[in-house]
Amino acid sequence: MITPQIAMFLILAAVVVAGALSLIVQRHPIHSALSLIVVMVALAGLYLLQGAEFVAAVQIIVYAGAIMVLFIFVIMLLNAGEEERSNVSRLARFVGVPLGIAFLVEVAYWIGRATAHLGTPPEEMVSTRELSSLLFREFVFPFELTSFLILIALLGALVLARREESD
Amino acid sequence: MVPTSYYLVLSAVLFGLGVIAFIFKRNILTIFMSIELMLNAVNLAFVSFSRLLGQLQGQVFVFFVIVVAAAEAAVGLAIIILIHRNRGTLNVENVDSLKD
Repeated sequence: MITPQIAMFLILAAVVVAGALSLIVQRHPIHSALSLIVVMVALAGLYLLQGAEFVAAVQIIVYAGAIMVLFIFVIMLLNAGEEERSNVSRLARFVGVPLGIAFLVEVAYWIGRATAHLGTPPEEMVSTRELSSLLFREFVFPFELTSFLILIALLGALVLARREESD
Repeated sequence: MVPTSYYLVLSAVLFGLGVIAFIFKRNILTIFMSIELMLNAVNLAFVSFSRLLGQLQGQVFVFFVIVVAAAEAAVGLAIIILIHRNRGTLNVENVDSLKD
């Protein structure tokens, strides 16, 4: 029986899988980056479907809106072209890809069977107030550490990508 | 009402597709994007379990995973820019020795 929630899940899951397949199949990295943005926005829809509204907002703002934009900047900056033909043997591609897909299908099947007994939790919105009280009371130390981590990443990226000054 | 196993199967499929992309693609930027795809699959599993168990620690962890992925993307892209500047190629098949 297809309830509206299951229909919504199937539509968003189809978009997610189509985006992931498009990332693999496309040859130019800019198309892969745009497919990944599609995947992230659809995942944000899935988070919303489960009631995680803060995580969905953070996913769109930070992941799709900042990290992927950074990727696209770098792709355009480096003028990345299409992938060339590979020198890997044809056998590796014709045997490897079906085997990989078979492995994927098998893992998905067994995970579906192993977790089918978990049931269906009720759908309700998680309030951002509860999440933030958890984040700023129990998890305040990791939170401050992540701000430190971002500072270190910023400094590291600056130092790495700086051009050598010749003086 | 969507059963939890649907989300977990989708997360497994996404992760597997990320692994396939990581192994078969040759452009280093696409490989890096497949890492982000794997991280997103794990985030989906975290949120599903957080919904199932009624606890919010899963969503707090998703928050931290997103922040760490941002920091890692910044540094990783700086390294990719350096590789392009020093080797002139973005093809991982040509970047196969530490000496150039």
